[in-house]
Amino acid sequence: MRNFFPVITVVAAIMVIWYGASVWMNSKWVYDQAARAGTEVSFGELVKDTWSQERPVLPAPHQIVAELYKSTVEKKITSKRSLVFHGWITLSATLLGFIFGTGMGILLAIGIVHNRAMDMSVMPWAIASQTVPIIAIAPMIVVVMSTIGATDFLGKGAATALFGYQPAFMQGLLPKAVIAAYLSFFPVVVGMVKGLRSPDNMQLDLLKTYNASKSRTFWSLRLPSSTPYLFTSLKIGMAGALVGAIVSELSASPLRGLGARMLTGSYYGQTIQIWAALFAAAAMAATLVGIIGMIERYSLQRMGMAK
Amino acid sequence: MTTETVIKAENLDLTFHTNDGDVHALKDINLDIQKGDFVSFIGPSGCGKTTFLRTIAALETPTAGSVCVNGMPADEARKNRAYGYVFQAAGLYPWRTIRGNIRLPLEIMGFPKKEQEDHISKVLDLVDLRGFGKKFPWQLSGGMQQRASIARALAFNADILLMDEPFGALDEIVRDHLNEQLLKLWDRTNKTIAFVTHSIPEAVYLSTKIVVMSPRPGRISDVIESTLPRERPLDIRDTKEFLDIAHRVREGLRAGHAYDE
Ligand SMILES: Nc1ncnc2c1ncn2[C@@H]1O[C@H](COP(=O)(O)OP(=O)(O)OP(=O)(O)O)[C@@H](O)[C@H]1O
Ligand SMILES: [Mg+2]
Repeated sequence: MRNFFPVITVVAAIMVIWYGASVWMNSKWVYDQAARAGTEVSFGELVKDTWSQERPVLPAPHQIVAELYKSTVEKKITSKRSLVFHGWITLSATLLGFIFGTGMGILLAIGIVHNRAMDMSVMPWAIASQTVPIIAIAPMIVVVMSTIGATDFLGKGAATALFGYQPAFMQGLLPKAVIAAYLSFFPVVVGMVKGLRSPDNMQLDLLKTYNASKSRTFWSLRLPSSTPYLFTSLKIGMAGALVGAIVSELSASPLRGLGARMLTGSYYGQTIQIWAALFAAAAMAATLVGIIGMIERYSLQRMGMAK
Repeated sequence: MTTETVIKAENLDLTFHTNDGDVHALKDINLDIQKGDFVSFIGPSGCGKTTFLRTIAALETPTAGSVCVNGMPADEARKNRAYGYVFQAAGLYPWRTIRGNIRLPLEIMGFPKKEQEDHISKVLDLVDLRGFGKKFPWQLSGGMQQRASIARALAFNADILLMDEPFGALDEIVRDHLNEQLLKLWDRTNKTIAFVTHSIPEAVYLSTKIVVMSPRPGRISDVIESTLPRERPLDIRDTKEFLDIAHRVREGLRAGHAYDE
């Protein structure tokens, strides 16, 4: 409750600026229309018009809310125009990529910490991989994986045998998940290496006096020590996976998902649709990161490490 | 008289190579510790007490000379889990409860489940921490954490205890109490104990043998065999015999310092 007024104040300020900017940025079109028709516009008409255009430069918040409502509640979720449908496509790629990426990241970190050769060789490549712009590499991954036929999570045959049909999200899922994984593994590697190396000398010496094996040291000391680092990395990794999934949708086929909504929206000047997809993506990111935060709090509490 | 040498250091030398030069931490250390001895190491800060204890534990490798524990090289003794080590700081794992921390060595050494719990309860009683087993380390005071770390070193019944200033952070009363407890434990179990301290009365009260060390390079300047009986009530500290030994320790420490000037 203590946070209520500050939060409300900030939201109100954003709203005021947004509605103002919306009038300002969309006014040119209104004036052009008026000039062409040879009429004058009053300020009241200007405001009314700029907040209700079909393809505004900057849609007003209530237009986005209306679009979100229309494309989620009023559409069947299997419809190609439902934001829930597209959201689920993006979510599935994000989650699968996140699992790939996190698994990869943890394995690489374990390798780096335990093997000197890996320590020297893996990290430079991991860093190099992140300096390549994802927007450049994503189409290549899509093309290469399509060429070798590795695009569907379960092929049509296998999926039909299992479910009687092939769920839409499985089509073209793999390249998207790989791109999502590409962006999410790096923070996990960096965080886990730091976490697995966080035990101090005394804690390590103690296990040495017990003549504990390397795997013992890993399970009893290194892994629990790294837990706080792991959760921080997972949050960044999840956000990365979502960005990867959205970027991958710009070049994957079939054209689906929140990224595809943004792309088609920009083809046809559907700014309201773009903004609605943006908000859906932001809400999804906040939810996913929030869930990790909840698991983090619960785990650290169970481990007696919560503040 | 059966005397069996449990720890034997011969011509021990240890130099640390650091970025800003070499540190000669131990020089010409020769020492025999018999089974059942209670040996205290005393000396000014930085004279190599911790380093010597760590060398016995095979946590440091000597530059020259050798350390034998139970008749084998120190590293082999470590692999045989010959000793329990109490570090200068408690070093409990924050994600384990007190019981969980004490269980750690028992798990690693493969004690049966039932036996683990028995051992834990027994050593918790010994250090007066009964009822705190389910707490996490941060819920305990520094002194209680230190006691828990002693319990952890006692839990697996090693014959040798290496203790690095275990009571350094405790108040006098608790310290007296734990000194008594430790003596009782030592008397009952016939463990061999190597004990680092800064306190002359503590060293004299506990030890059968007091090793006085002096710094730069760290070496042994005096070894004092205590003439006190094994049975030692706290008020033995007011006897003439006690004060005489304490006096000799103080002289030894002073001589070490004079050498320094
Ligand atoms: N790992 C190390 N690397 C380099 N020098 C070290 C290392 N450990 C200890 N030393 C040096 O060796 C000397 C002896 O250190 P040590 O910790 O054994 O002293 P100490 O007698 O235990 O002192 P205190 O009573 O303060 O604990 C010191 O000069 C210290 O700086
Ligand atoms: Mg020390």
